[in-house]
Amino acid sequence: MNATAEAMTGRPVLALKDIRKTFGGVVAIENFSLEVHPGEIVALVGDNGAGKSTLIKIISGVHPPTSGSIAIEGEPVAMSSATMARAHGIEVVYQDLALADQQTVYMNMFLGREPTKAFGLLDRRRMIDETEKLVKELDVRIPSAHATIRDLSGGQRQGVAIARATHWASKLILLDEPTAALGVAETAKVEEIVAALKTRNIGVLIISHSLDQVFKLSDRICVLRRGKQIGVRETKKTDKNEIIAMITGLQQS
Amino acid sequence: MSSTNQGAAVRAAGLAGRVNLQQYVVYFGFLAIFLFFAIMLKDSGFLTVRNLSNIVLQTAPATIMAIGLVFVMSAGEIDLSIGSTVAVAALAAAVTMQSYGMVPGIAAGLGCGLLIGLVNGVLVAYVRLPSFLVTLATLGLFAGVSRSLTDLRSIPVTNETFTGFFGSGALFGIPSLIWWTAIAVAIGHILYRETRFGAHVLAVGDNARAASVSGISVPKMRLAVLMISGALAGLAGLLYAGRLQAAKYTLGETDLMTVIAAVIVGGTLLNGGKGSIIGALVGSLMMGMLNNGLILMGLSVSDQMIVRGLIILAAVAVSLREKSR
Repeated sequence: MNATAEAMTGRPVLALKDIRKTFGGVVAIENFSLEVHPGEIVALVGDNGAGKSTLIKIISGVHPPTSGSIAIEGEPVAMSSATMARAHGIEVVYQDLALADQQTVYMNMFLGREPTKAFGLLDRRRMIDETEKLVKELDVRIPSAHATIRDLSGGQRQGVAIARATHWASKLILLDEPTAALGVAETAKVEEIVAALKTRNIGVLIISHSLDQVFKLSDRICVLRRGKQIGVRETKKTDKNEIIAMITGLQQS
Repeated sequence: MSSTNQGAAVRAAGLAGRVNLQQYVVYFGFLAIFLFFAIMLKDSGFLTVRNLSNIVLQTAPATIMAIGLVFVMSAGEIDLSIGSTVAVAALAAAVTMQSYGMVPGIAAGLGCGLLIGLVNGVLVAYVRLPSFLVTLATLGLFAGVSRSLTDLRSIPVTNETFTGFFGSGALFGIPSLIWWTAIAVAIGHILYRETRFGAHVLAVGDNARAASVSGISVPKMRLAVLMISGALAGLAGLLYAGRLQAAKYTLGETDLMTVIAAVIVGGTLLNGGKGSIIGALVGSLMMGMLNNGLILMGLSVSDQMIVRGLIILAAVAVSLREKSR
């Protein structure tokens, strides 16, 4: 596809360079470098305990790296909290979705960032309108913006969480196992939504255990093993065997 | 997949019935109890304007405490200490008023409430002790304080401006206690339903982790709700002192159970995330009506307690059924 080549020439939304993270004496991540460009979907794969979650936490500002640099659109940033990452235009869709189950879809869309009108009163109209607009754009099929989260199916919840991230992310969305808990049909729907994010000119970094999904969605694949970056491949120029070999370490070279 | 869709549909259908029941149970309950007493007690003066307005006046302190408790429970916490905060605040106001006048007295009463809320809040929000245990401890602690400081005596409140303002007075023909109730309910309702603060309280009670990663300061919200609850319990103490023209350690002692019942019957979930200020108002009026009617029916104090306990049990049952879907 042309879009990828085009995206590659632009400035990366996220550039990680020589990231190293240790907890006490234990090295969780070392020598990790990766760029994500606008309109690009990069998959992060690796076995359990390879350091994928640690990396997500570093990028989302939860754990600052021990050394190395993070740049957003070329600007070096130091993030010490999730709030700071959000201010830089980075949104995370957590594995547990971080939705308030008994609140409405639109309140969840604006959780912690509710707009107000005069006298500090909630601007419900605006929240509902923006939610409905986005839900339609992303084709997340929910009964209504007024629906309560816990009345939704797993796929619908995931859709709401992704819609929320899309609404707020100006640079990058991190997706942590977005379809791990979903059935076949719902997975297909969520994959559709994720693929559609490419047109919004933001970078997407997705963690997934499903190689089928990774090959279906991503432009590039980054493999981690035991905290080390094994390599990055363009999805079109690799195959499952190579990626599996890289993940398991049974690769010849 | 079709099986999960079916499951969701079945769940949704079952839920619809329960949500409605839980949300509106207080209004049906209120009506049912009203009709019951109206028929049973029509010759005992239940339906007189005087009796009905008395119910509203008597429930004013409990209603105001209930508003605070809606905030606390919506955030997933509980405040049992309101039961003794009322007496401490009333006594502090009464004692201060004797030497320094009305305004310092009011400040002392509300200040005591806020202070107790602050102590509870810091222990719950920052030391991370369970609110049930913290406020159970402060409930006992401050009940002891109010007893020991006053030697079990009652302190008269003679300042007529105060007793008018917080008790027997009226404005435009409407008793001041009704004004206080209306103002507290209105402000509480708007704060709860229409502001970011209210939304964040609900988010914390619903899913503290989600609230936290959304940039809401969970400890601050926990501290805030307990301080609101303390301050409103302090205000309830002032209302008691104003109406009874005296403060005593027994004030508010029996209110705790009534207030919790009112809040739960009113549709606020014990585990947080959902609630209603208006529901708590109606719940409180319902409990007041129940007390009033049971007295008019000639039930003894112990029988009244049994009936109240059964009502709470029923309310909790409905509330938990809803939650454990």
